[in-house]
Amino acid sequence: MTHPRSLTLGRRAALARAGGYGLAAIASVLAARDAAATPDSARDWLAALAKGSPKDGKVSIKAPEIAENGNAVPVTVGVESEMTEKSYVKALHIAADGNPNPGVASYSFMPLAGRAEVQLRVRLSQTQKLVAVAEMNDGALFVASREVKVTIGGCGG
Amino acid sequence: MSEDIKPRVRVQTKAKKGEVVEVKTLVTHPMESGQRKNADGKLIPRLIVSAFDATYNGKPVMSAKLEPAVSTNPYLSFFVRVDESGTLKLTWTDDNKQSWTSETKIEVA
Repeated sequence: MTHPRSLTLGRRAALARAGGYGLAAIASVLAARDAAATPDSARDWLAALAKGSPKDGKVSIKAPEIAENGNAVPVTVGVESEMTEKSYVKALHIAADGNPNPGVASYSFMPLAGRAEVQLRVRLSQTQKLVAVAEMNDGALFVASREVKVTIGGCGG
Repeated sequence: MSEDIKPRVRVQTKAKKGEVVEVKTLVTHPMESGQRKNADGKLIPRLIVSAFDATYNGKPVMSAKLEPAVSTNPYLSFFVRVDESGTLKLTWTDDNKQSWTSETKIEVA
């Protein structure tokens, strides 16, 4: 009699413990999520660099729809604009809203660049959105965003 | 490790006047993000190439501030308009203020 009972208790205890681990795991995942950038922090990071309210358009982000390896995702960001002394793209800021930190890179251009288009490889820790804001020499801002699905994250380790 | 760091640049060396040419660059650098932990569970301090700068005949073309989200061995490409023959000078600077430069001559026909 005592034997099966203790077995049951053992099982319950084991279940309870498993539940406890499960909760701990969820909690740590939530904590990890908290540490990551959010769309808000990405917006704040961009707003600190380019003051004003950006409009859609002119900026284009090229990136794979699904990135198997988040360690090096090829990204091309271009701005449709002439590059003359009178009118040119002054700056281009790129952010990612799901990485530990929202910033990716911040470029500044002179008319001598000829074309405001850059290519780089970025780390993406999870599926998230890339946001790019371009600042023209007259202060006008343009924004674009693009979601990249990440199979294997590329941050920390 | 730092001695191995070598920038590589690919750009056409002959161009027409006023042509906008693409410059592709790569520098071998670990780009330690500051997020990773070593075997003892301690954070490995951040060490990334944080600044990149390009000039043509001494005139600024573009510059970039990079964040840890840029991949290991950062590949960067951009454009430059060449109006006369000259030297494209690129400079990478990391968190330790160590820097690497590369100079490429472009001839305008």
